[in-house]
Amino acid sequence: MSGTHAETVRYVRDTMLPEQAPPLSAAGPIAWVRTNLFAGWFNTIMTLLSLAVIFFTLVELVPWLVQSSWTATSLNECRAQIVEMYGEGTTGACWAVIRERYLQLIYGFYPSELYWRPSLAFVLLIFAVAPILFERVPRALLYLTVIYPFLGAWLMWGGTVWLPIGAFMGFVFAYLTIRFVGTRAGAIVAAIAAVVVAIVWWLFLMGPVVQEFEQSIPLALEPVESRAFGGFMLSILIGVTAIAGSLPLGILLALGRQSDLFIVKSLCVGFIEFIRGVPLITLLFVASVLLNVFLPPGTNFDIILRVMIMVTLFAAAYMAEVVRGGLAALPKGQYEAADALGLDYWKAQRLIIMPQALKISIPGIVSTFIGVFKDTTLVSIIGLLDPLGLSNAIRSDTAWNGVVWELYGFIALMFFIFCFSMSRYSMYLERKLQTGHR
Amino acid sequence: MKKTVVFGTFVAMGLAAGAGAAAAGTLDDVKTRGKLNCGVATGVPGFASPDANGEWQGFDVAVCRAVAAAVLNDPAAVEFVPTTGKTRFTALASGEIDMLARNTTWTFSRDVDLKFDFVGVNYYDGQGFLIPKEMGVTSARDLNGATVCIQTGTTTELNLADFFRINNIEYEPVPIETNAEAQQQYIAGACDVYTTDASGLAASRATFEDPAAHVVLPEIISKEPLGPLVRHGDNEWGDVVRWTLNALIAAEELGVTSANVADMAAEAGNNPEINRMLGTEGNLGEMLGLDADWAKRAIAVAGNYGEIFEKNIGENTPIGLARGLNAQWTEGGLMYAPPFR
Repeated sequence: MSGTHAETVRYVRDTMLPEQAPPLSAAGPIAWVRTNLFAGWFNTIMTLLSLAVIFFTLVELVPWLVQSSWTATSLNECRAQIVEMYGEGTTGACWAVIRERYLQLIYGFYPSELYWRPSLAFVLLIFAVAPILFERVPRALLYLTVIYPFLGAWLMWGGTVWLPIGAFMGFVFAYLTIRFVGTRAGAIVAAIAAVVVAIVWWLFLMGPVVQEFEQSIPLALEPVESRAFGGFMLSILIGVTAIAGSLPLGILLALGRQSDLFIVKSLCVGFIEFIRGVPLITLLFVASVLLNVFLPPGTNFDIILRVMIMVTLFAAAYMAEVVRGGLAALPKGQYEAADALGLDYWKAQRLIIMPQALKISIPGIVSTFIGVFKDTTLVSIIGLLDPLGLSNAIRSDTAWNGVVWELYGFIALMFFIFCFSMSRYSMYLERKLQTGHR
Repeated sequence: MKKTVVFGTFVAMGLAAGAGAAAAGTLDDVKTRGKLNCGVATGVPGFASPDANGEWQGFDVAVCRAVAAAVLNDPAAVEFVPTTGKTRFTALASGEIDMLARNTTWTFSRDVDLKFDFVGVNYYDGQGFLIPKEMGVTSARDLNGATVCIQTGTTTELNLADFFRINNIEYEPVPIETNAEAQQQYIAGACDVYTTDASGLAASRATFEDPAAHVVLPEIISKEPLGPLVRHGDNEWGDVVRWTLNALIAAEELGVTSANVADMAAEAGNNPEINRMLGTEGNLGEMLGLDADWAKRAIAVAGNYGEIFEKNIGENTPIGLARGLNAQWTEGGLMYAPPFR
């Protein structure tokens, strides 16, 4: 057969042609511009308009950013320097205020010779969260994660080392109780016993024991009062605590809300709906003002601790609803499959339900995290000097009264760095957990 | 039932502890603590603001330091508690702070209803108007139809409404939240007039690129006597704060300054009132529950009232306030300390 046509065809190519790049009009930058920016007259007009807007914004903004003063010591000096350097009628940014006050914006009123402590706490924080965030990080770091809340608090507030150790021991005792009682009695009995043991330890035994250790082995950092906390240190402190606390609490609340146990369910629904029905600022006022009136005078219930608890509870209520959304999105078959495998409630949650529900909720969870982190700026209203509160305090210095955009710009940039990182991480996580069901 | 019992217990505990604290007295509390908790503003130019090292400076802050020096012999033994307009009164009432020096206007309801004692006035302020010079207006009565930037929820808002109603002229309010916002709006031309306390107007005007292009109108439409305050019912402590303030004011009248106070207090001079105040004669300090040198220490911190004024808000500072009502009574002002006798 093949021989039949052999002589009728003049030329047969016996090798493959090498692949050629597509013509410039079909691929590459020109094609990209054509399909994305200038497809049709409407798109062309919109593109040109957008370019004009960007151009005019930059024309205004860039000189302001660049023709700036870094060395002045007051706003008026800034203006004089800029006029001197760039000619009459020039206005520029007065970055000198940032240069003079950036340490204050970061650390608040923390004693400057102790700056290493919050810095170290922050670096350790990165190491402590790394094993949770990334799989490839050595698992040994998880031990750091476990002790970090106590280590970090000790670094920030100082004081005797035995206090955080004592608080940590409460959890250790609770864990041992669960291990010990759990094998003999039921899980619920073990849980209740663990809570009782921990509370008895914290309330009655810890004080004397800590005092005893403190006297025999004094090991303490110079204590720093909460009033000295401020700036981004305060935002990060409140934000990280709220983020770390709200996720587990939110998961429990979401499970509680779906529970068949009437009391558990009512408590969870009541809590969630109450907190979501009240603005955060109201809760902060409760923390700063109402508690002051109700607690006996002279009680030293740390204001930052109060605020951290309130923000955590607030975030937890929202988190519960986000997680509930994830739970609701799971097909009923998943629950039934878990039951069919003979898993008990907690195992089913841990192995089957939660991994899927949380994966679905990642965007919502991270949105809540970002929202909480930004909400920490509300504490400026109750007189805590977070970055926004400090910007007001800095402006009240007669040298810098009138500086607005530079301070807000700097604060916005810092917040953007944190929030954008969180957002990028959530996208990375979604990609990593993508199992191809869609 | 159970809830009521628990709540009742808490209230009882609170009352008992409250009674205990009141019995001990704030003066003793401060002495045992070794620190004065002083409520200040989160930032008002010239009156209270933290410098680059986190040290609080300002006209109100100086009062705190003087009291700390008088009571504790250390002007640095002050814990400054920044308070906002919303938290200041509860902070004082709940005992979180011992005194409040946060340019707070002395009014009837704050004194009587909120149960505070204003111990005196350290600055007589009043509400004024800031306008661009090119408007060509010389009196607030000519402001008919003007748009006015005004902070919401303050007494200035009510004063403004009263003023325009009395003079039967119209205005259009532009509500704003903070002083910084007001400055921006005013500069951007969102409003013709900015109104707030005259000291605040002067501070704002000083920040403009061309301060000479703006004027503060002569009319002052309200009385804003600003002063430190303490809790009602603890008169010993109130006396300490009141007479520390009076000592600063009297020192200016009597010519006692930070430069000469040490010499004057070293031995009795020929002015008996100075002698009594500085403790070289009589036992005024003992009556207050302090030692004889209390006033000397208070004055030594930052000088007398006039020196504090000049350093923080006076005419040589960017804020540049004239003494005006705040001059000594001998010079036509209202500063008038009762005799030290």
